[in-house]
Amino acid sequence: MSEITHRTDRKAQAYQAQAGGLIQRALWESLRKFDPRVQIRNPVMFVVWLGMWLTFLLAFDPGLFGRAPEGAGYNGAVAGILFLTVWFANFAEALAEGRGRAQADALRQTKSDVLARRVKPDGTFELVAAGALRKGDRVRVERGDVIPTDGEILEGIASVDESAITGESAPVLKEPGTDMFSTVTGGTKILSDWLVFKVSADPGQTFLDRMIHLVEGAKRQKTPNEIALTVLLAVLSLIFLVVVATLKPLAAFLHIDLAVSTLVALLVALMPTTIGALLSAIGIAGIDRATRFNVLAMSGRAVEAAGDVQTLMLDKTGTITMGNRQATEFIGLPGFEDTAVAQAAMAASWFDTTPEGRSIVSLAISKGAKRETSWDQAQGLEFSAETRMSGTNLADGTRLRKGAVAAVARFVQENFKTSIPPELKDAAEAVARKGATPLAVALDGTLVGVIALSDVLKPGMRERFDYMRTLGIRTIMVTGDNPITARVIAEQAGVDDFVAEAKPEDKIRVIRSEQAKGRLVAMTGDGTNDAPALAQADVGLAMHSGTVPAKEAANMIDLDSDPTKLIDVVAIGKQLLITRGALTTFSIANDVAKYFAMLPAMFMRSLPEIGALNIMHLATPETAVLSALIFNAIIIPILIPLALRGVRFLPSGADTLLARNILIYGLGGLAVPFIGIKAIDMVLHLFWH
Amino acid sequence: MTANGFWQIALILAVAFALSVPFGRYLARVFRNERTRLDPLMDPVDRLLGRIVGRRTLGMPMGWKEYAISMLVTNGLMGLLIYLILSGQGLLPLNPLKFPGLNPFLAFNTAASFITNTNWQNYSGETTLSLFSQMAAITFAMFAAAATGLVVAIAFFRALAAPADGGRNLGNFYQDFIRALTRVLLPLCLVITPVLVWQGSPETLHGLAVAHLVQGGVQRIPLGPVAGLETIKQLGTNGGGFFGANSAHPYENPTPLTNVIEILLMMLTSLSLVVTFGIMVGQRRLARVMYTVMALMLVVAIGVAVHAEQAGTPVLAGSGLMIHPGHGQMGGNMVGKETRFGITDSALFNTVSTAFTTGSVNSALDSYTPLGGMVSLVQMMLNCVFGGKGVGTLNFLMYGIFAVFIAGLMVGRTPEFLGKKIERREIVLAALALLVHPLIILLPTAWALASPGGVAALGNTASHGLSEILYAFTSAAANNGSAFAGLNANTPWYNTALGLVMLLGRYVSIILMLAVGGSLAAKPAVPSTIGTLRTDTALFGGFWFATIIVVGALTFLPALVLGPLAEFFLLYPHG
Repeated sequence: MSEITHRTDRKAQAYQAQAGGLIQRALWESLRKFDPRVQIRNPVMFVVWLGMWLTFLLAFDPGLFGRAPEGAGYNGAVAGILFLTVWFANFAEALAEGRGRAQADALRQTKSDVLARRVKPDGTFELVAAGALRKGDRVRVERGDVIPTDGEILEGIASVDESAITGESAPVLKEPGTDMFSTVTGGTKILSDWLVFKVSADPGQTFLDRMIHLVEGAKRQKTPNEIALTVLLAVLSLIFLVVVATLKPLAAFLHIDLAVSTLVALLVALMPTTIGALLSAIGIAGIDRATRFNVLAMSGRAVEAAGDVQTLMLDKTGTITMGNRQATEFIGLPGFEDTAVAQAAMAASWFDTTPEGRSIVSLAISKGAKRETSWDQAQGLEFSAETRMSGTNLADGTRLRKGAVAAVARFVQENFKTSIPPELKDAAEAVARKGATPLAVALDGTLVGVIALSDVLKPGMRERFDYMRTLGIRTIMVTGDNPITARVIAEQAGVDDFVAEAKPEDKIRVIRSEQAKGRLVAMTGDGTNDAPALAQADVGLAMHSGTVPAKEAANMIDLDSDPTKLIDVVAIGKQLLITRGALTTFSIANDVAKYFAMLPAMFMRSLPEIGALNIMHLATPETAVLSALIFNAIIIPILIPLALRGVRFLPSGADTLLARNILIYGLGGLAVPFIGIKAIDMVLHLFWH
Repeated sequence: MTANGFWQIALILAVAFALSVPFGRYLARVFRNERTRLDPLMDPVDRLLGRIVGRRTLGMPMGWKEYAISMLVTNGLMGLLIYLILSGQGLLPLNPLKFPGLNPFLAFNTAASFITNTNWQNYSGETTLSLFSQMAAITFAMFAAAATGLVVAIAFFRALAAPADGGRNLGNFYQDFIRALTRVLLPLCLVITPVLVWQGSPETLHGLAVAHLVQGGVQRIPLGPVAGLETIKQLGTNGGGFFGANSAHPYENPTPLTNVIEILLMMLTSLSLVVTFGIMVGQRRLARVMYTVMALMLVVAIGVAVHAEQAGTPVLAGSGLMIHPGHGQMGGNMVGKETRFGITDSALFNTVSTAFTTGSVNSALDSYTPLGGMVSLVQMMLNCVFGGKGVGTLNFLMYGIFAVFIAGLMVGRTPEFLGKKIERREIVLAALALLVHPLIILLPTAWALASPGGVAALGNTASHGLSEILYAFTSAAANNGSAFAGLNANTPWYNTALGLVMLLGRYVSIILMLAVGGSLAAKPAVPSTIGTLRTDTALFGGFWFATIIVVGALTFLPALVLGPLAEFFLLYPHG
């Protein structure tokens, strides 16, 4: 989606600043990757590597395999180009790894050895190195300390700077007992007050350790799809190996002596080296893109799975709607204008400090209600679960109440023996039908009107769900609301389905039933009771602000704790797969031009009539072979930026995407090498005689 | 191409395409074990055959492994039986001309050739085989091989149709095999054979007709049960002739009418099977796309071949021969063609025969123009322009798996085909199936060209000699059976090498594709959404075609450049 390409955050800028150093480092790193133990992991490039050594030997002794039609200079040129080909491939991988490694280094710095105050059973402290802390130890941290390791808060309240991990500089308030903010992460810094926490991870297992491992790609394993593609590329290479190896006896039958270096060149040109060289860089870059979005993927597999997701399960509160309900309307009962309701509602809510109460006051002010001086001597009545209402007692004895309709009606009946106007029920039901919650307002014995409290959608959600639909992804909203409210919100937000009156265990039930239909499900969660569902989901995105079990169950963690990120993660996953497919298509389509460049060149001297196939009119057989090979090599660095950035992903249906990518990478892959090889040949012809 | 030729081709293709729809529906009925009109007639035959297999075996549902093993065991036993009959025909009855048994190499080659639906013949039937061998070994194998090809495709379709029990039931090999014989092959043969007899094809147990010639002297003309063999030869995409001259012989293919009938017979089941695929898998739109792609490849191939033959060569033109049609002459390159068929019906026959990998020929491929001959070669290298009975569709679907894999990535999803994810296992299996074809063509070709014994068997040198050996192994690998001639392949080395290539070409890819089917069938289906790659569109059809050309055909381009293309550019200096 557009954010992916346009969004530049603090981290991205930091990357650019490092770019120069990264390239230098990658150039060195790529030389180290000439090690055969590294090369053998990539079958396509391993064959190129072998070809490089073979032609290198032939450059010293052209007669190594008997009579040699080609000279040492030509063999040396082939060896040189093959060296570049392997080097470029190594460079692509090193560059992709380097970006993660740079980030890992930054993280390591925050992990500098700190001392921790371990709380002894008798309540006193001892100073120990952070590395000596074990699971279950109790640790006290104070203002200015770097928190030594991960833990769950037992006592205290403190503001913590988590920017080292999240990149978010605003401090977070931490206290025990809340599901959301009762954990601390090693490497973050405590800004005020103190905390005592119980260590929840052994050394090497902390969040920071795992994060370093992840961004560094140290534990990177090939994903299933990557393995399947590697197999396909290896078999294609094997087929070309058979083609090229058998070409020598076939040509010998016609008394054509083919140089071994030319055969190696043909093999390398035909093998899908472009995608072979960039494949691992694409995979690493995919995870890296997620990381730049402040989403930490535990594996490449999770990112890939995100591209396949067919159902998104989203919590209503906090994800689709703003956290709290807000007053959106005043409805007067017969005899009362809406402004009168606003005035009464404002009076009844004057001392109500909850977000709902504040929203009533601000709506009332916007409707023309005025603050009255008599409220200064008034008393507030707090909401309680028994009364289910709150209100204001004015100094003159007037009692203003607002609350659940039934509760306020009972209050009026019991205290003032007034009858309830039938319009109250109608008004309340009308509000409920719109998906809002009705509150009744009473001024002593008089029912004045009804306040509508609505969920307010986060801006842009509807567009996001429409966008999901164009990708073929179903969205399901999960809420504890009653079905009527849930339906209205669902319609407003434009989700495809909803689960109302949901209990935590309902989430896992919904996921299982979706999965039974063959769908891949993604969900976000933060609470401990989300953990089973996060584990069950194919893509579970946990909020960094969430609990440890939730984070452990998930396969991705959003450091910004923004549940809507799930939508971006899906786009990143798709982009990863598309990049792989597009470059494979490009690589294979290139072969057509290479055939037309190399085959005539190989046979022209002995079978002049074959020259008719030299449709590019390449100058000499030698320049033709070298041009195709040079094109094959330099296309790798040219495509590195695309491999790292990812193919542009436009939200659209599969048919449109396919048409677009076939046009660009399929037909482009056919045409570009014709132009490129011809151009290189023209340049080479100036030097090669 | 002449106007007359164009309309003949158009008419024949139109009839073939039109017949394929109802016949494809019929095949679906047969293999869904629904009632057919033939049941009253054939049920007793089924029961008889069923008794041989055993009722328990016949009712057993089979997964891909059981299906493949049953197929292999049955084919292996039948192949052994054929080998024994051929080696021992001297001791067996119905041998009026007293032919001795075949030597072990030739017997192995012939048994492998006929059980694999190849019908490569390193012998001339009329001077080598007894009538008993022609019937009990050759004709029998033609039925068996055709039925085998048909049923493995059906089993694969069932796998794609995703049985409810997770892929453990792809049907029962024996039941399918019997129904293929009694509901498809036998009835059609019973109907068509009399037509060929009516047109002049013999069906007799007399070994020899003796003719006293007007100019004196005696000519002995071999006879035999030709018409029946000829029918199943074409219908089963087998291709092995009763006579060495194959369908150019007036007893095998007496008239232009039989020529057309034989062309239609070759095409019938492989065309129809695509329709059957659409019905059985519930993907009629996809079947239409597949049919269209294959039909376009076929039409282009026919167009090139007929045009090349009709245009003749500059050498022919320069020698003062009549190469333009008119004055009651066909014109073009009539070398090696029968005058009763002419250019169009010869080139059409041979192109269809190599597209559908039948391998019967009614004219000498060796004498075709380079392009005309190359069309046949390329079709066998593709091996999926409708292709041989069953296996052609399987090969086409194998390319479909690669096309889906790459195109699927390009829409940002783990690739899916018909709602099943294409993952590592399917790619490994399909890639091996892709690998085996170039491997068993190019390696033995290179070996033969590099060994003195291989080259000694050649009648030609230079590019044409290369083409002859390349053609032989391509034909064997594609289980086609047509020969470029000019190669004396009846040597122990060629008999063994070609025999092995035929066996590998047949069974390796069938087993691998059945394994792909089994693997797909066992997977849960992923529901289709707007984000799912649609395979039943013209766009994907085009991509599928491009995959076949770039991944499949270009592999052979270097060999083609040295063979037919070198000849072509030599003959036509300005391209």
